[in-house]
Order: sequence, then structure tokens, then C-alpha cells
Amino acid sequence: MDELEQTILDYVIDEYIEDGEEIGVESPLISAGIVDSFSMVSLKTFLERRYKISIPDDKASPEAFDNVKSIAQVVRDILG
Amino acid sequence: MPNMGDYNDVYPNFTWKKAEEVLGYDGGPLNIGWYCSDRICEQGKGKKLALIWEGFTGEVEKYTFDELRQNSNTYGEFLRSIGVVERDRVCIFMDKIPDLYFSFLGILKIGAIAQPLFSAFGEEALFTRMENAASSVILTTKKHYRKVRRIKDQLPALRHIVIVDDDSVGLEEREMIFNLKAAKKIDKIEIAKTGPESPSVLHYTSGTTGQPKGALHVHGSLIAQHITTKWVLDLRDDDVYWCTADPGWVTGTSYGIIGPWSLGTTQVVYDGGFGAAKWYRILQDYGVSVWYTAPTAIRLLMKEGTALVKQFKYPRLRHMCSVGEPLNPEGVIWGQEAFGLPYFDTYWQTETGAIVITNFPGMEIRPGSMGKAFPGIEAVVLDLKTHEVIAEPNKVGLIALKPGWPSMMREYWNNPEVYGKKFINGWYITGDRSSIDKDGYFWFVGRDDDVINTGGHLVGPFEIESALIEHEAVAEAAAVGKPDPVNMEVVKAFVALKPGFSPSDDLELSIMNYIRKRLSPLAMPQEIEFVDKLPKTRSGKIMRRLLRAKEWGEDLGDTSTLEDD
Repeated sequence: MDELEQTILDYVIDEYIEDGEEIGVESPLISAGIVDSFSMVSLKTFLERRYKISIPDDKASPEAFDNVKSIAQVVRDILG
Repeated sequence: MPNMGDYNDVYPNFTWKKAEEVLGYDGGPLNIGWYCSDRICEQGKGKKLALIWEGFTGEVEKYTFDELRQNSNTYGEFLRSIGVVERDRVCIFMDKIPDLYFSFLGILKIGAIAQPLFSAFGEEALFTRMENAASSVILTTKKHYRKVRRIKDQLPALRHIVIVDDDSVGLEEREMIFNLKAAKKIDKIEIAKTGPESPSVLHYTSGTTGQPKGALHVHGSLIAQHITTKWVLDLRDDDVYWCTADPGWVTGTSYGIIGPWSLGTTQVVYDGGFGAAKWYRILQDYGVSVWYTAPTAIRLLMKEGTALVKQFKYPRLRHMCSVGEPLNPEGVIWGQEAFGLPYFDTYWQTETGAIVITNFPGMEIRPGSMGKAFPGIEAVVLDLKTHEVIAEPNKVGLIALKPGWPSMMREYWNNPEVYGKKFINGWYITGDRSSIDKDGYFWFVGRDDDVINTGGHLVGPFEIESALIEHEAVAEAAAVGKPDPVNMEVVKAFVALKPGFSPSDDLELSIMNYIRKRLSPLAMPQEIEFVDKLPKTRSGKIMRRLLRAKEWGEDLGDTSTLEDD
């Protein structure tokens, strides 16, 4: 797990996970109901502010945001 | 030929007696739980599949109507064993797992009141609804029980918190485990002698002012839910039906449980989040023939294009309906392009309990229209000021319905004053505006109040504002709906900060997450605008209308009551 994935994972655990639950970088988020399409907005906002990027809507699909690993890839692609 | 036959022949001669005949009800006891399971078995369909369930990780479970009957009996007997009696409010707070469906019918079978709660609710939203209803029991899961644990000390009426999916949870006072799979199955249960006016389901819905209100329904609602399912969703014996709604909301119970199972229909429930390819696979793999979904989902699917749709096959799909908010003409037309079928838009509310205005199979669809009144429903538009019936076509007014259909709510729980305000001159006022064309088609215009319709769900600005001002940095706040291409509206908050706080990205995110966790993701402002002060009347009331008009690019209207700077 690299630093980017760790940062995103920490944020997801802090904001979306109840105490005691464990998740990893490949745990499903959207399809597991941990993050829904409305909550995705705050996650996307966090990434945009933290990394000073703009994530286009077509990159912020439920599939792309379904786990920390793929979210990190979206960020990496935009950062170039 | 559609189940209904020809609308123009049916509408003039329809009475609700006819609906009772279609259901097979001839007076006496009426219990939704029995009609949806035991009766189907008595009709010789016990071995037919009632539920095909797929979880988010791909696991599949299937249950026959006989298993539905037994599992709901088992839930009913368990609830009786812990002291639940008729009219007790029993909350169901879980994802769309099979236990939700079994327990819902079990609660109804013993004459208690089922109180479904959306599983994404935060503790504040939970507390408001459970405190108002003085709920006695909550059925929940490992994923959600902690939210209940955090508020249970403020809920003296709450006797039991029951965790249904995990035996290993460390229990505290008032908490217990129920494991359906390990429980002895109950083959026979004494069904409560409920009648058409016995309370059945309590769904909370939002208004402009005050906290959410509990719309109480009765077992007699089945008469309307059964016939609307048969005539509008057009379900037949060999159909496989998929309603994408969550039973935390009324569509998920009226048409995700009661209507289809009262007809003995096989239902698909998918407990995974939204994903275009996943949804198309569900339609394909389970041979879904009738599909009831929401405009927000349709617009998300549209964004993915038609090429993805064509990668899957839907040979059995024959009828598609939509609910939650008006379906724009593009959605109807896209359905035709993508599936070779239009979406039939349906209109109703938590309070109406069943579809009241709709497009019917076999009737010409006018894309963008809500359709026509269901037989037995007298629907009009009333003048916005005088509340007189508007006879002139195409003139905008308030949609109003003549009370008397079986699934009309019977009260707002513990709130007779607000219930009374829903009726004017003998009409039930929906709070929505529309016009009616010369052929009787209704055309939706918008809400008549400040309630925000986001993704097909109503969110009350007062509830959001009350939570916003509990954030440490917020002095005052207003919440309005702003236009959104996918969700129709999303929540936008205007926030004035307390001294010592200044606007920042981190603060905006902190406020967003605060609301998401306290209320729900639906209520979370998708945008926050920091302001020095909010527009108010001279009497100090925040002029939400003005903020909303700005977001929608509308005329600001009368601002003469605005306080001076």
C-alpha cells in the first residue's frame, strides 16, 4: 500500500466506517453500501481539496469509487 | 392485453368494491402478512419462488412462498415471545437482506406496526423517528446496531435492540440476538384479527416545517396496493419483478413487498449499490420481466450510454415503470432506444400509500406527463390562492385528491395538527403543482413548498437546518434544493459562521460529513455557501424562498418583507 492509498484508506475509515469494522484497500465501498452515490460527493470533495485536482464526473463513477485501490488510481491518472 | 383492459372503459365504472373483488376480500379480517404469504400457499403456489436475493458480494439466496410464510411466522412468534403486542411499533433498520422482508411480514402478522427505517440514516435521523413513534423494538444488524446503541439511553420506550445477523456481538443492556437460520421454524401462527382499519405500516416523511412526520397506514391499504400493482405494474403469474427501491421508503414496502407478494409474484432483490453493468446483469441473469425503478437511476444509466445496455440480453423484459420524481421526456425516450420499451411514469406519495396518477399499460404515453388518475381516484388541480377547482386546461394549480381511497394515510403519528392542515375544502393537498391538459393528462411543475426532492426522496429543510446549527462553527443556516442533472435537486446549505470561525475547504467538508453522519447521505449538503448573514423577514424568519429562487434562476417575487440591512 502506498502513501496515497493509505491516506484515502485512513479518510474512509475515519469518515465512513463504524468503530470496530475493518476494511482494506480492496474492500468494496459502494457495492457494500458503505459509501453511496450521495456520500461519494464528500469523498470526491476531499480528494479534490487534498490533491488540488478536479475529478470529472465520468471518472467518479460508482465502479471507479468502489474501493480504495481504484479511487487511488483515479487520483494518480489525474495527477499524471 | 394489459391486466387492466381499456382505461377509458374502466375508469367511469370503477368502485373500490371492484378492487376488493380483485383481491378476493369480502369483508371480515384482513391481514397483509397473511395475504402475502399464507394465502399464496393456500392457492397452491407454496413451492413457487417468492424471493431471489443477491448480496453485494454476489452470494445468492432463494426462498419459496412456503419459506416466506414460515420465516415470517418465525419472526412473528419471536416478537411475541419478547412481549410485542398489537400496535407496538417495531423498527426495521437494516440493508435489503432477506430478514428485512421476513420480519416485515412477521410484524404485520401479529398486528404490530412495522416501522421501516432507511439503513443509511444517521443517529439524529433515527432518534427523531424512534422518539416520535415511541418504538418498542428495533431489528437491526451488526453493521448498524452501534448507531442505535449511541441513542438508546434517550429512548425510554425502546425495550429491545435485536441484532439479527451475528451471534458474536458483545451485548449490552436491552440488546439481544435473534438468528432466524438457527431458530425453530414456526409452521403455524395465530394471525392477529386485524381489519381494514387496523394500523400496519408507519413511514416517516419530510415537510417544510418541523421534524419528519409519521404517515400511518392500515391493513386495508392492501386493497389499493394489490390492484395498482396488478393494473399499473401489470404483474402476471409468470413475471419476475424487480423493484429497486429500499423498503426504508414507501415504494420499497408498497411495491417492493406488499403489492407483488399479494399477487404471488417472484421478486428479485439486489442488495448492492448502483452500477450500470451490475444492474443490467441483474436484469439479464434473473430474467426480469417487469422493472420498477427511479428517474435518478435512469439518468445515471443514460450517462453510461446505450452501448453498455446492448452488451446484455433482456428477452423477458416487457414493462418498465418509474417513480420518485417526474421522469423527464428524455428518460422515456431513452428507454425506448435502450430496451425497446418506454418507462411508464407513476406518481404517488408516502401519504397516498399507492399509485394515484400514472401512465397505464396500453394507454398512449405523452413523454414528460405523469399520466392520468387511477380509477377510484378523483384528482384535480386547485387554484393556488382560492383553492377552488380549476376546470380550465393547462392552468397550473395544486394537485389535490378527494379522500376515501383505501391506502390513504390515516394520521400523522402523534401530530393531528399537521395532519389537519393537509386538507382544504374537503381535498387532500399533495403539496405538488401541475396542470392538466384537455385529455386529462397531468403535467408536473414542481413542489409548492420548500421540501427538497433529491433522488426521489423528500428531505425537509428544517431537519437539515436544525442539525447544521448544532455544528460547532455554525451560527445560522438555511437549506434549499438546487437543480441537479441526475438527482433533480440536491441540498445546498447557506451557512453563517460563529465568531472565531472562517470559511475554509476543511470546514466545508467537516460540515458536509457532520450532516451525512447525523442525518443521512441524502440530507448532506452537496454544496455549502458561506455568507455573512441570511436574508430574513423583519420578524426574523429566514427567507428560504429567496435563496431557492436564486439557485433556480427564478424571479425573487415579493421582497417587501425583507429586513433592512
